[in-house]
Amino acid sequence: MDFYFGLAQLIGVHTLLGLSAYIVLLTGQVSLAQAGFFAVGAYVAGMLTVLAGWHIVPALGVSAMSGAAVACAVGFPALRVKGLMLVIATLAFGEGVRLFFFNFDYQIAKGEIQVGPLGGEGFRQIRFFPENGWETWEVMYFIWAIVIAAMALLWWFDRSRYGTVLRAVGEDELAAQSVGINLTAVKVSAMTVGGAIAGVGGGLYAHYTTHIEHLSFNILLATFAIAYPIVGGLRSVFGTLLAVIFVQGFLVEGLRFLGDWRNLLFGALIVLAMNLRPEGILGGRRRA
Amino acid sequence: MLSRHFGGVRAVDGLDLEVREGQIFGLIGPNGSGKSTTVNVITGLLPPTAGAIVFRGRDIGALPTHLRLREGIARTFQNIRLFGQLSVWQNLWVAQNSAEDRARQGFLPRWLGGQGRVREDIGRLLEFSGLAHKQDELAANLAFGEQRRLELARALAARPKLLLLDEPAAGMNSEEIGQLRERILKLRSGGVTILLVEHVMELVMGVTDRIAVLNFGQKIAEGTPAAIRADPAVRKAYLGGEAA
Repeated sequence: MDFYFGLAQLIGVHTLLGLSAYIVLLTGQVSLAQAGFFAVGAYVAGMLTVLAGWHIVPALGVSAMSGAAVACAVGFPALRVKGLMLVIATLAFGEGVRLFFFNFDYQIAKGEIQVGPLGGEGFRQIRFFPENGWETWEVMYFIWAIVIAAMALLWWFDRSRYGTVLRAVGEDELAAQSVGINLTAVKVSAMTVGGAIAGVGGGLYAHYTTHIEHLSFNILLATFAIAYPIVGGLRSVFGTLLAVIFVQGFLVEGLRFLGDWRNLLFGALIVLAMNLRPEGILGGRRRA
Repeated sequence: MLSRHFGGVRAVDGLDLEVREGQIFGLIGPNGSGKSTTVNVITGLLPPTAGAIVFRGRDIGALPTHLRLREGIARTFQNIRLFGQLSVWQNLWVAQNSAEDRARQGFLPRWLGGQGRVREDIGRLLEFSGLAHKQDELAANLAFGEQRRLELARALAARPKLLLLDEPAAGMNSEEIGQLRERILKLRSGGVTILLVEHVMELVMGVTDRIAVLNFGQKIAEGTPAAIRADPAVRKAYLGGEAA
């Protein structure tokens, strides 16, 4: 059973990652920076519970704010460029974050052992859940409560004028500008909300794996993040959830019996899925 | 004296235009004479190479496009640019960015509130443009004439003081042109100033108070429709047999 709880936790955390890219993708921006915000959230939350002894809930609040702050700061310069240039710029940012944590040491003594991030060795012993006696299923419920809250938030956005404006910007920036929409404010706000969601996701990730290192936040993770809303489609937040279940549940776990051939099939199935459903699993169009 | 050059091409070259409040001002000229460029410079999509844009006594030349809209300048596009995957209703909803709308609602209700609070305003726009029965249709699924009407309604959602219409009658049949003419006149009686860029002389000559004629980025004539029709330079450059 623990295997399925573990998988559910992973799917939950990746859904948060995918949702953070979803809201940015609504404005038509392909961002590879989400793994960077996720990494910031992971390290911040881990340091707060391990080094400062905080409870996980306020720690996640601070990782959301850190992710949002970094995303907002990155958004202003990055969103001036578009298309492939934005992909490159956000990719560079994500790698920058990874290399920062590769070099980042901040350890203190806790009892007999040293705890805290230690560069390439990573950040071990993020043991808030086991130390406080949380069972795996409790952690799973906790993660999913947050996932559902994030999905509800974005679902509400989608029904509000804000979400509609995001989609308008994604469709035609020139027309959006001409009807009085402030493109910079809208894009940066989407990036900021996405950064907050990725930050929370990272914080949860750090705590259920108990061990993070810079390699966990590489370009593969950034690619997953943007692949989820693309594969799932922009019709609604449920597309992203379905895409995560499809990719992590079916392609990664379900095909494990294929051994090394899995990776080959994995790529082929993503290409196939995108050819069969070019607008994503749920399609790109909203209720007509 | 407004200019906009693209490299060596002087798309608009030392143009002086004065549109008086409450007027319908026509801007005509052959293809490539700089009409659309003029509209793009006035709305801020293109910065002028030289010159100033003064609107209601204020130089707005440095304002970005979305702030010029809040000052009261809205437009339609020559090639329709609707938000095709949004419904008709949503196209109008996202366009409610006038200073008045911003002041009337608080920040959070304005952005995160549902569709209920603006139903009346949007209902009026739908009524005006005859699209009420299509309000839930995706804009991309509308017929061509309906898309043109929706674009006009979307511009009006911003409560403009100055409305720039870039070839609103292109591709319309004469019945539709007649309806458009009614709408334009109705807008003027509602106090909207209009700059009309158009090739369809039937419309321009019928509704405008004053017309300027562009050729190669320069103004070659300005005057009342009757004077323009009689102007020999205009006939030579543009009207030709068409108006004779």
